[in-house]
Amino acid sequence: MTTSYPDRQIEDLIDGKLPFSEIHKMLSSFKDPARFDQYVAIMQGRVPWEDTILLPYGVHLFIVQRPDGQRVVKCDCGHEFGDYRTNWKESALVKVRDSEASLLELYQTMTHCDPEWMELREFFCPGCVALLEVEALPPGYPLVFDFLPDLETFYRDWLGRELPH
Amino acid sequence: MKAVRTLETAASIGWNGTSLRAMLEANEEAFARTGRYAGVEALELKEREPILYEKIFSKLRGALVTARATAMNISASPIVKEIGELCFSVYTPEGDSIALSTGIIVHVHTMSDAIKYMIREDFENNPGIADGDIFINNDPHIGDVHNADVQTLVPIFHDDAIIGWAGGVTHEIDIGALTPGSVPVGPTSRFEDGIDVPALKCGANDTLFRDHELRCAKATRAPTFWKLDEKARIAGNHLIRRAVLELVEEIGLDTYKKAIREIIEEGRRSFLQRIKELTVPGRYRSTAFSTYGFSGEERLPAHARIDCIAHMPLEMTIERDGMLGLSMEGADKWGYHSMNCTPSGMQGAVWVVLSQLVVPNDKVNDGAYYGTRQYYPLGSWANPGDPSVSTGIAWLFLIPSFTSLVKHLSRAFQARGYLEDVIAPYGVTGNVFQGGGLDQYGAQSATTNFEFGCAGTGAGFCRDGLDFAAAVWNPEGDMGEVEIWETVEPFLYLGRRVKPNTAGPGKFRGGAGIESLKMAWNTPHYELQNINSGKAFENSGLWGGYPNATGYRKNLKRNNLAEVVAARKPYPVRDGDTAASEIDRCLTAELVQYDDHTVTLPHAFGERDLYLSVQNGGKGLGDPLERDPRSVAEDVATGFLSERFAKTTYGVVLTRANDDVDVDMEATAAERASMRATRRAEARPVSEWRKAQRERVLRGDMIEPVRRMYRSAMELSTAFADEFRAFHELPDDYTL
Repeated sequence: MTTSYPDRQIEDLIDGKLPFSEIHKMLSSFKDPARFDQYVAIMQGRVPWEDTILLPYGVHLFIVQRPDGQRVVKCDCGHEFGDYRTNWKESALVKVRDSEASLLELYQTMTHCDPEWMELREFFCPGCVALLEVEALPPGYPLVFDFLPDLETFYRDWLGRELPH
Repeated sequence: MKAVRTLETAASIGWNGTSLRAMLEANEEAFARTGRYAGVEALELKEREPILYEKIFSKLRGALVTARATAMNISASPIVKEIGELCFSVYTPEGDSIALSTGIIVHVHTMSDAIKYMIREDFENNPGIADGDIFINNDPHIGDVHNADVQTLVPIFHDDAIIGWAGGVTHEIDIGALTPGSVPVGPTSRFEDGIDVPALKCGANDTLFRDHELRCAKATRAPTFWKLDEKARIAGNHLIRRAVLELVEEIGLDTYKKAIREIIEEGRRSFLQRIKELTVPGRYRSTAFSTYGFSGEERLPAHARIDCIAHMPLEMTIERDGMLGLSMEGADKWGYHSMNCTPSGMQGAVWVVLSQLVVPNDKVNDGAYYGTRQYYPLGSWANPGDPSVSTGIAWLFLIPSFTSLVKHLSRAFQARGYLEDVIAPYGVTGNVFQGGGLDQYGAQSATTNFEFGCAGTGAGFCRDGLDFAAAVWNPEGDMGEVEIWETVEPFLYLGRRVKPNTAGPGKFRGGAGIESLKMAWNTPHYELQNINSGKAFENSGLWGGYPNATGYRKNLKRNNLAEVVAARKPYPVRDGDTAASEIDRCLTAELVQYDDHTVTLPHAFGERDLYLSVQNGGKGLGDPLERDPRSVAEDVATGFLSERFAKTTYGVVLTRANDDVDVDMEATAAERASMRATRRAEARPVSEWRKAQRERVLRGDMIEPVRRMYRSAMELSTAFADEFRAFHELPDDYTL
């Protein structure tokens, strides 16, 4: 028998309301093959825009299909970062913690990076200023392009259907 | 009747009169030709007799778990007995793992490398492989992570042919290196790494050679632990051998041979299927780092006295067929330190992560290895290609480097909606309380305190990380009983407590770490070192989650503890929040070592000197301003978070009534709105920031360790150099 979960359980999982005992059961069980579509449908119902979600891409971000055919990274607030094949961070706002004072807002004395060795880069959505990603890198390090999905292969070969156009 | 072979009578011991080497070559050729393990096309036995097939696997698995449990009770070392630093596996004649026990499963594949080394080097003919032989290996350049993980390998014969190998590994408490302990910091070449047993025949007729036993007893600072660990591994292997032979007796040799091939091929197929089930094809990238500072360390050779930040980029690709590729293209060069790794160790470590995140069940074996492609650049710290390179504490680079793999897989799980499997990277397991000298019994001794086997885990997508819970390298991680450590170390615990502010902040925080404050007691001389993260975080969290706190060093030498105790005044049991140190409140000392110099050579401790050992937390996930304010209040109330960070990190305004901590929801909403406004005011477009970055890079305005890291990576990797120059729009001849 194929595993499946009611929408309510997945919603509770998304919202952090599911008790750990239930999470543990889900971890130990066979995977529910319909989860991708179920999760996407739930998130599609939550976002305030109509573009089709192609792939969840983090806590706030999605790769979506726009009506004009473009596939872009989009925040749940509605802000668009551009083509998903380009690093969305290029279009974000950034604040760099590269001083002891700024690091002491987050860490106690002596337990943070030395700013000469490493900095914390905080990337915010220009629309809602949600903190989308933190990079911990030495000064001068290029932006890291975290995840470039192969959407065509995923839809055609793994899900068994064409990528929406 | 045992088959006894000598050099004069050596004959093929493989199946059907072939040599073992011919069997290995045929297996590899079949895989290269078909893409399937041993060319197995159909899982005939599994399909025809599924109950029997599963019974065979279960009997093997059961024998391995039993062997491990028995061995744990033979060993006397707290590392093995308390922490469970051992594992067992059963292999095909060619050295592919069929099934494994629980424990330090990193070695499932490293022992495979060791067996294949012996086969390729024609041990069958010289020194011979016979029933009752005992082989031992701890050479990472052959198959291991570092030499403190000692492997014992026993061939299993049926009549005159080999039908498999039993393998067991334990982590020794001292490996006889230049500096005491099992993960030495101090060696700058392999010649200082300690006991070297490069896949040697060390016994026959089920008995260790006396010369081997005597040699090892003289080579380690902990000979009793060594001896009993050897007996534990041999006993475990012999239990496995007996179980295999009983199984063969029950099901017949032909069925056994068929089953072991199919089990591995099923492992390969299951792994690929699992990848397709859980992930999304594409390219994933992240970079980790590790640091040390030896520029002023005159006890090291001049060429080793540098400050270093190691570059650990990890790209993961998932292909259409589920094949998982891992590449460390861009890693910088190996160095004159003991943190270098070999490909065997790196491949082993991949299993640690994959078996916990992708295949968290008992059907793990070398089949999964055949579902991956791994690349570690020659000349890098991950593949030095030089057997003289030290790997004594390879874990110090290896552990941070695979934080990236955790991030990659979690991004994939989230994209598929499997949120319950998402986890931010673990905390690096440190500090390591390690050293040696004369113990409380007046004997030469050494210790590696495995209290660090209980780091905080990374946060989940919908829950906090587990506090002081696990080590990435041992899913059954434990901190060990204080009283046990006190029996083997001349140090008393003044306290072991939750360490506040160690968890990585986030919407869901990482698990917290602990701290132990220890006092030298009843020792004329003992030297200890620190090993932890210090100058840099090893990686970040996920989707707005921050790194866990770094470690720090705090030792009080020649302190006034005796006077404080005599005066019946409070003495410290922890350090607590460094901004309000309990140690500083209670004690003074002639020498206070309080700094971020967290990877050190051993230094002396005298009677009643104090040593603080801080264990790390895990990394956070999500924007801290989205954390439930009540969770922040609870963390403050329980001592996991200092009150000031409730506001500066999480934007939560707390109220206090006696010991009760509560949230002012209205003020919190206002504070968070204010912090978001500050973000908008202070953050700038990435395009602007890039221009300033480019100017800085052109000026070369960086400290030498960072410049050296870039220079080394660019010299070793054209791809990284091209990418670096392209990102900053630098001239083709730009270097640092």
